[in-house]
Amino acid sequence: MNCPYLQNMDQQSTLDTQRLEVSLGPQHPSTHGVFQMDVVLDGEQVIRLKPVMGYLHRNHEKLMENMSWLACMPYTDRLDYFCALANNFSYALAVEKLAGIEVPERAQYLRVIMAELTRLINHIVLVGFLLNDLGAFFTPVLYAFREREKLLDLFEDVTGSRMMCNYFRFGGVKRDVPPDFILRVREIVNQFPKFLDELEELLTHNEILLSRCQNVGILPKALAVNAGITGPVLRASGIPYDIRKIDKYSIYGRFKFRVPVGEAGDVYDRYYVRILEMRESLQILEQAINEIPDGEVISKAGAQAAKMPRTLKVPKGDAYGRTEAPKGELGFYLVSDGSGKPYRYHVRAPSFINLTVLEDMCIGQKVADVIIILGSIDIVLGEVDR
Amino acid sequence: MLNTIDQIFIKAKQIILDILSPFLPEWMMILISIFIVIVTLCVFGPVVMMYLTLLERKFIGRMQNRYGPNRCGIFGLLQPLSDGIKMFTKEDIVPQKADPFAHFLGPITVIIPSLLVFSVIPFGRNMIPSDLSIGILFFFAVASTSTLWIFTAAWGSRNKFSLLGGMRAVAQMVSYEIPMLLSIVPALLVVGSFSTVAIVNAQEGLQWFVFTPWGLVGFILFFLTGVAEVNRCPFDLPEGESEIIAGFHTEYSGMKFALFYMAEYMNAFSVSALVTTVYLGGWQGPILPSWLWFFAKTFVLISIMMWFRGTFPRMRVDQLMGFAWRGLLPLAFINLLAAALWVHLSFPLNDILSFCILTVSVLMIYVANRKVAPKKRIYKYAYE
Repeated sequence: MNCPYLQNMDQQSTLDTQRLEVSLGPQHPSTHGVFQMDVVLDGEQVIRLKPVMGYLHRNHEKLMENMSWLACMPYTDRLDYFCALANNFSYALAVEKLAGIEVPERAQYLRVIMAELTRLINHIVLVGFLLNDLGAFFTPVLYAFREREKLLDLFEDVTGSRMMCNYFRFGGVKRDVPPDFILRVREIVNQFPKFLDELEELLTHNEILLSRCQNVGILPKALAVNAGITGPVLRASGIPYDIRKIDKYSIYGRFKFRVPVGEAGDVYDRYYVRILEMRESLQILEQAINEIPDGEVISKAGAQAAKMPRTLKVPKGDAYGRTEAPKGELGFYLVSDGSGKPYRYHVRAPSFINLTVLEDMCIGQKVADVIIILGSIDIVLGEVDR
Repeated sequence: MLNTIDQIFIKAKQIILDILSPFLPEWMMILISIFIVIVTLCVFGPVVMMYLTLLERKFIGRMQNRYGPNRCGIFGLLQPLSDGIKMFTKEDIVPQKADPFAHFLGPITVIIPSLLVFSVIPFGRNMIPSDLSIGILFFFAVASTSTLWIFTAAWGSRNKFSLLGGMRAVAQMVSYEIPMLLSIVPALLVVGSFSTVAIVNAQEGLQWFVFTPWGLVGFILFFLTGVAEVNRCPFDLPEGESEIIAGFHTEYSGMKFALFYMAEYMNAFSVSALVTTVYLGGWQGPILPSWLWFFAKTFVLISIMMWFRGTFPRMRVDQLMGFAWRGLLPLAFINLLAAALWVHLSFPLNDILSFCILTVSVLMIYVANRKVAPKKRIYKYAYE
């Protein structure tokens, strides 16, 4: 109880009031899953908050130690179930690094296209749900879902599944895209900005949204860096850290795109940085569909491994593959002992690590703010609890 | 002909009384005359509420790019009935630690004020259940008691979310009561009577109060505070479902929950009806029957409330209070002053002067509150 706010309250308070301990969750409409926050309230004001995680723990990391390398791939879909393809990407990168598998050109482009489409899905749904947390009665979220549906249809045609895509293989992707794929992506690239404009027109300068979001849940730069925050949450705090720019993994070095950066690090910045990021993703998509070459979608070694997963021998050693997933830096740390299975499999889950600063952002705010701060961090419990 | 349609409900009541009058003594006739009105209202309230829920679901559904209920009957017209049956057959759960008496009392008593306020609303020409000389006062006195029952329910549930919702409800409803009452005083000042019938009669022809400068401000003030008073979006903090689950009715199920729901929709209706009566000329209007005018105006206002619900995010509790005390309350006082001047002065001067006063004061209140208002931001890009 060493928070300065609390001490001030004790000195000033002349009324004999009691603090209220409320547990928001695990059954609560706005915790985005089975997540619990033990909140101590003084009236409406939050003076302490303890996140309680683990309701969705399903032994993901240990389970993977008994799987062949490729059998882990579908399980990564279930981490952040909104962005299955981004998880695939990260895991594939890690294994490719470890096993030294090359990826053909066309597959690289397909991977980038898929990852950026996933980013669009994630951010648009997040904006919808953030507005839901703000109390807008499902209208933004349903329009977000309408757009998401178009992208999911595309995923279904390409990968065979809408959410649990399991599309990436070591050394490429599972299969080539249908012939009309590029056209459909182009259509999305053309009409999505219109949807974003419409969304922004209604939301971005809405008086209630502005007054609810600005200067709420400020995450200072220093704290963000020290806590290892990544992704849009970090960029909203003013740090231009984007792994697509820093690592230039896959073929991200070839594309021209900018990284939007916030100023205040409040909920509004986190909301708006995501909107701007979607616009940049569309830029990447446009360049990718213009430049995509023909050719193989999976390398020889990769095709062999995909056909007979147990024949994939990964040399001894360890590797860390990371991507800029929609929620932040998603990393897979893998240790191989030369057998057909990972010796150690660790996930650096962005939503879990971003969640650690929740208390710092929430103290001194109102109950209603806690919900939107949590919403603006963008967590998915499948990834937090693993 | 038009007159017959206009007075059709009065005629119907008269016919029933005429049939019964040969058989019954005179005192009985008076009782029956009252009884008919009461039964009509008690049926009318819940039926209006049921179809308001359907209307809202349809309305918001269309707003959200979907159809809304359309499985029960054509256009989902039987949906409210099926909802009703479902509510009746649901288990009534009382939490183990709840105060059973308060938990029981809350939903039952909350419905009473919502039904009582219908008695002073003029639904059409000669169609007022009881023309009290203090009609407006009665409306507010009765309507404001529902705060107490909401808090009783919240306290009796012994749930922390309920308690938070109950506290919010009390704070909000008490705060908004003041600008609400003050926003209606100008109309009373002009009419010189508390009677709702007198207020409607004063707006003969198309001289609705909303067409005067003070009337427009009063209408907006009264409507906004009314929305807040019946806990509808964007002022629905007491039941803010994304924060405190369902607020004061978190622990209610089955019919008890339905009663809260009913009270909420009936309140929305009665507040819209009162706004119509005071500022939109009540049942006054050309050609169409009076009751049709009344319901048309009321439903326009209710639709605006639904539009709010479909489009606005919720406000935060401190912003809500700030809005009432810093914005609405000063404006209500100034509006009272402007209305007094309007009554005192003669025609062109009164409109001009009250218009000027109100424009200046609205601007001043806006500027004074601008300090706390948010700003637009410009974003930078890295790696350009």
